[in-house]
Amino acid sequence: MVSLLDIIGPVMVGPSSSHTAGACRIGLIARALIGGSPDTARVELHGSFARTGTGHGTDRAIAGGLLGYQPDDVRLRESLEAAEQSGMKITFENTKLRGDHHPNTTRITLTRERRSVVLVGSSIGAGRIIITAIDGFPVDVTGSYTTLVVVAHDEPGIVARLATALAEESVNLATMRVSRRQKGGDAIHIYELDSPPGPAAIDRIRALSAVKTLRVIDRVA
Amino acid sequence: MYESLVEAVRDAEEQQLSLGELALRTESAEGLRSRDEIESGLRRALDVMRGAVDRGLVGDLYSVSGLVGGDAYKMTQSRGPLAGTVFTDALAAALAVQEVNAAMGVIVAAPTAGGAGVLPGVLLGLAKHHKSSDAEMIRALATAGLIGAVVAVRASLSGAEGGCQAETGAAAGMAAGAGVELLGGTPRQAMHAVAVTMQGTLGLVCDPLGGLVEVPCVYRNATGAAMALAGIEMALAGVEFPIPSDEVIDT
Repeated sequence: MVSLLDIIGPVMVGPSSSHTAGACRIGLIARALIGGSPDTARVELHGSFARTGTGHGTDRAIAGGLLGYQPDDVRLRESLEAAEQSGMKITFENTKLRGDHHPNTTRITLTRERRSVVLVGSSIGAGRIIITAIDGFPVDVTGSYTTLVVVAHDEPGIVARLATALAEESVNLATMRVSRRQKGGDAIHIYELDSPPGPAAIDRIRALSAVKTLRVIDRVA
Repeated sequence: MYESLVEAVRDAEEQQLSLGELALRTESAEGLRSRDEIESGLRRALDVMRGAVDRGLVGDLYSVSGLVGGDAYKMTQSRGPLAGTVFTDALAAALAVQEVNAAMGVIVAAPTAGGAGVLPGVLLGLAKHHKSSDAEMIRALATAGLIGAVVAVRASLSGAEGGCQAETGAAAGMAAGAGVELLGGTPRQAMHAVAVTMQGTLGLVCDPLGGLVEVPCVYRNATGAAMALAGIEMALAGVEFPIPSDEVIDT
């Protein structure tokens, strides 16, 4: 769904809504998925991101997002220096991703403490973005909603138990998608929510035995 | 939000609303944001647009590459036959926003950063001469948002994907429709202003110098603003573009 404030916005540091603001939002989602500032970040730039990213501050924008800066934060201009000072090790390289990707796409691999996450995100115009893969699972996260990302063992009734936990804490679902790489392995659950889940809802989901990880991504658009 | 301008205009006429008012009601009815949240978001956008124009007109900003800067100020010193009119004020403001953008300053992507100068150029240029209120400006921005949303769904707002017609072209269409609303034109006139403006931007390649959103993008914002003003004048004079605006966007 396209909102008026997607079109008349975002308020952002220039120069490119795709290469700067969108890139920053992908960084913000990556940060949310690893649960804070990463220790290391490997950023692979594909297509137009690779060709014209540096001149448009794509590197600075992604680094800024990883540091938690919003697209309108003037600190984006000096984010690479800030990342270095904070001890974040961040590398950039150009790549050609296999398969069908939007021209402005990046694959970001993060580590923090002993966890890691890999995501693929595209900046699709006017600062809007879409995350197309998380840890190899196909997803479509736009950041238009507060998004709950749950990895859980693929077993009967897990969707109902997750949905019940949210419902009983009065959190309304806008959209949901479940995907898996193989039957009986792990499945990823993406719930877009009308309101942020409270601590009680989070605790109830964490308490489910099938649930392996849970992350909440704040609305970025 | 709407996926067709023709449908939006039909609903606006049936409900006797302006396109901007229709857009605000439609979006708040969708439930993601309240009307207050939407209006305060647009008010902030308006403030940032004004700030970017003021900042850019000072004339001391240059992009990191050094390719662009200083031209907005030159426009304010113009001695041409249209100097001091809405027309040159819009060109100067469009360039000002783009010079701020190229220097990594704060702007409003409308719909994109590369096309961010056209809408504030036209609307702030018009508002200066017509003494528009903030409430009228916010409805005009909502009109622009509705038009941009239709373009986003039917075509593209990504320069990497759709070329410059997806950025300054869409921005010019948005500015034209919004300008008609600001001047009290009808939804139908706004729709024709979109069509006639956007048909003039079709086929623009996106092949910027050095791959940067600077040359010709910065200048194309000024020519985009000019086309929007032409579209506004024609639509308010009753000119109707023979091809429906949706088809122009689809092209």
